[in-house]
Amino acid sequence: MPKKLRFLILALGTLAAASVSAEAGGSLLIKNGTLLTVTRGVLVKADILVVDGLIRKIGPSLDAPPGLPVVDVSGKYVIPGIIDSHTHIALDGTNEGSEAITPEADVGRVVNADDVSILTALSGGVTMVHTMHGSANPIGGPNVVLKMKWGRPSEELVVPQAWKTLKFALGENVKQSNRTIQIGGPPPRYPQTRMGTNAVIRREFLRAKDYLAEWERYEKLRTSNNPPPTLVPPRKDLRLEVLADVLRGRMVARCHAYVAPETLEFLLLSKELGFKVACFEHAWEAYKIVDALAEANIGISVFADSWAYKMEAAEGIAYNAGYCAKNGVLVSINSDSGERIRRLFNEAAKTMKYGGLGEDEALALITINPAIQLGVDKIVGSLEIGKQADIAVFTGHPMSAYARCDMTIIEGDVYFDRDRLVREREEAVQISPAGKRGGLR
Amino acid sequence: MKRWTVLVLAAFLGGGGASAQGPDSPVIAIRGARIIPVVGEDIPEGTILVRDGRIEALGKDVVLPSGVEIIEAKGLLAYPGLIDAYAFLGLQEITGVAATVDHRETGRFNPQVRTIEALRFDSMHIPIARSNGITAALVVPSGGIVSGRSALINLDGRNQRDMAVKPAAFLHVELPALRSGRVGAMGTRGGGEAPPADAGRILAEVRDLLNKARFYEKRRAFASKNTLLPKPMYDDTLGPLADVARGELPLMISVHSEKDIKTAIQFVAEEKLKAVFYGVEQGWKVAGELKEAGIPCVIGSLYDMPPVWEDGYDALFRNPGLLVKAGVRVAFSSSSATAAKDLPYHAAKAAAFGLDKRDALKAVTIDAAEILGVGGLMGSLEKGKMANIVLADNDILEPRTNVVHVFIAGRPVDLSNRYTELLDKFKKKGS
Repeated sequence: MPKKLRFLILALGTLAAASVSAEAGGSLLIKNGTLLTVTRGVLVKADILVVDGLIRKIGPSLDAPPGLPVVDVSGKYVIPGIIDSHTHIALDGTNEGSEAITPEADVGRVVNADDVSILTALSGGVTMVHTMHGSANPIGGPNVVLKMKWGRPSEELVVPQAWKTLKFALGENVKQSNRTIQIGGPPPRYPQTRMGTNAVIRREFLRAKDYLAEWERYEKLRTSNNPPPTLVPPRKDLRLEVLADVLRGRMVARCHAYVAPETLEFLLLSKELGFKVACFEHAWEAYKIVDALAEANIGISVFADSWAYKMEAAEGIAYNAGYCAKNGVLVSINSDSGERIRRLFNEAAKTMKYGGLGEDEALALITINPAIQLGVDKIVGSLEIGKQADIAVFTGHPMSAYARCDMTIIEGDVYFDRDRLVREREEAVQISPAGKRGGLR
Repeated sequence: MKRWTVLVLAAFLGGGGASAQGPDSPVIAIRGARIIPVVGEDIPEGTILVRDGRIEALGKDVVLPSGVEIIEAKGLLAYPGLIDAYAFLGLQEITGVAATVDHRETGRFNPQVRTIEALRFDSMHIPIARSNGITAALVVPSGGIVSGRSALINLDGRNQRDMAVKPAAFLHVELPALRSGRVGAMGTRGGGEAPPADAGRILAEVRDLLNKARFYEKRRAFASKNTLLPKPMYDDTLGPLADVARGELPLMISVHSEKDIKTAIQFVAEEKLKAVFYGVEQGWKVAGELKEAGIPCVIGSLYDMPPVWEDGYDALFRNPGLLVKAGVRVAFSSSSATAAKDLPYHAAKAAAFGLDKRDALKAVTIDAAEILGVGGLMGSLEKGKMANIVLADNDILEPRTNVVHVFIAGRPVDLSNRYTELLDKFKKKGS
């Protein structure tokens, strides 16, 4: 790691650590902002009182208890922290793609709290992400929901209230369409087609059903009045155990799906086998099957318009998000990238042009909607009394391209403060040899 | 029918050059719009008269000839069409499908290739870009050290030759990127061979080529005068380089790091070339030198991470503002085909981080035009200029804004595109 980089990260780390309390969240009063609450409309010139990480009061002219830090945000816009429903940041390793079925490979075990993407996310007002196992194989491992608590240990980033989700994937990545075949390289992995993909997923679920039945039979006998003396438990299978949890309803499916037919087939498969799909990822052709998605109550987590980067994204039109939102589908806009994550608000704004969403509807795509998709809408996703104080402050309405994120707060603690960052950067330049020579500005 | 024949003939005969005048461009009056000429003051409510593909008159009171077609534009804003100063439009359909990608030739020196000769004029990305207010683009080659020659095109026309404003606009030279491979959509880095790291060594090779081209030209000139001298064998790479050496073909150098920018400035001065820089991610660190050298800059995509973390998380966003503040002329670019429509948002992002809003607009209109050598032809709403006009219901740099009408070379442009076609198709079908 370059020395200067280490210095900056350390500096920022101290910044965060200094203002972050270990257990209960922070307390502060945010004054005079234009509040875009998402669920309770717009409040002009209003305050938010945060105590121990929770929003306690919202309204005009609130009084700060003595000693409470006050942040004046006059002329600025205050929104709930942005939530990214689909990323792969803050992980040491994304894909266990050596085999088609790897539900045991849990990304929650490899959370990397030092990934600078966390800082990037914060700089765009993002406070929470669903960080996922990659799309290289049909059934990958469990994903994890994290708060962007830069400078805190990885276990403190994990959001325990969120649904447990398991990654599925369909399409070109799974069938390795875009893989360069190398002489002496690994042979093609089954499946190589969309029909094969569907078949392996069905096969694994049917095996998991048998596995589940085995265990139920065993438990029934074991707890009976007269357990047979020769009774032995079935063999534990760490892969089928995870899928059994999906069938038990303890986990929900999050499935990368691109073209309409495969998306529809996975939906039908979930009905046939009886598991819940929380969300389709990317779902480029959702607009082609919008009624089926709305009826099945399955959401989509999509790009605003990043398309045509591969064949299955060739019909991924910019109207997809807005059109599906208007037709009863729960839509979120995701980044899938450590860079795009900092301009998710710009991406959401595009649905106003393509799809005709209003300001509030567009803002919902990156706040309350992803919160619902992750099962955390009771605790975050809007500015409401009792919710966790995950808050972002913008210089203008975040649906304007001229707006800039100036502050990001998680559970009452300030994790990103642009003013302070700029000040510290200038000081760092002043004291650096290059700065003294006038080589840096 | 007759008109159509003339039109088809024109398409066949008109080899290249500006497509401003056409028998099919009607006389149009755009009435009642707030006119934002970009140069000079806004006209709160005015009229633009368009004839033969040009702006014949504009102002508060314009006398309209009889029989003119009137576009009522009250409540709308009239802008000059936006110009994308570095794009792959027409050379790339599906990024990941090699069969549809034509902007990157193999090998290190390809001055002989011209993007206009591969430009797919019916690319699905072109109507999407123009329906977002972009009316012209520099379509560039990439890869190697000398990538080839770009073309400046209008985003409407009967074929690529009809669209061409400048069929050979720049010769492109690429210096090493700041990182080996850029971060892709999926957070992955591009594979392939790492480029040679030393800009000085690369430019020395280009210098050799330029000298070779100068000598080659001399030998050919002498040989044509004196039959006793052997004529040097035709070399397709040296012709374009000779054009560059003579200052007839400007150079666009992709240059990214502070150190390389300094090296490139020196190279341009020593070789006495006409040059524009592209990318320029660390330009803010040498803004004074750039200003001094009078080299304008086409800013690369802002959809990227800072080149090095020490520059700050917002380095790319602040860079254009700092350059303009130092007096450097800048233009924005999409650096893309699939996201070419996002050009205005790059400008707005820079405006969120210090660039003046008016300067942001200029950097996608008049300043872009001047950097691309067509400042007299487009980039502003002025009498005599090509009628590339956009009518929008709000600020053209905002994502929420709807573009209502687009005129390119005086012709009204159909705003339907791949997005709208697919949406319409499945709206009817349902699920």
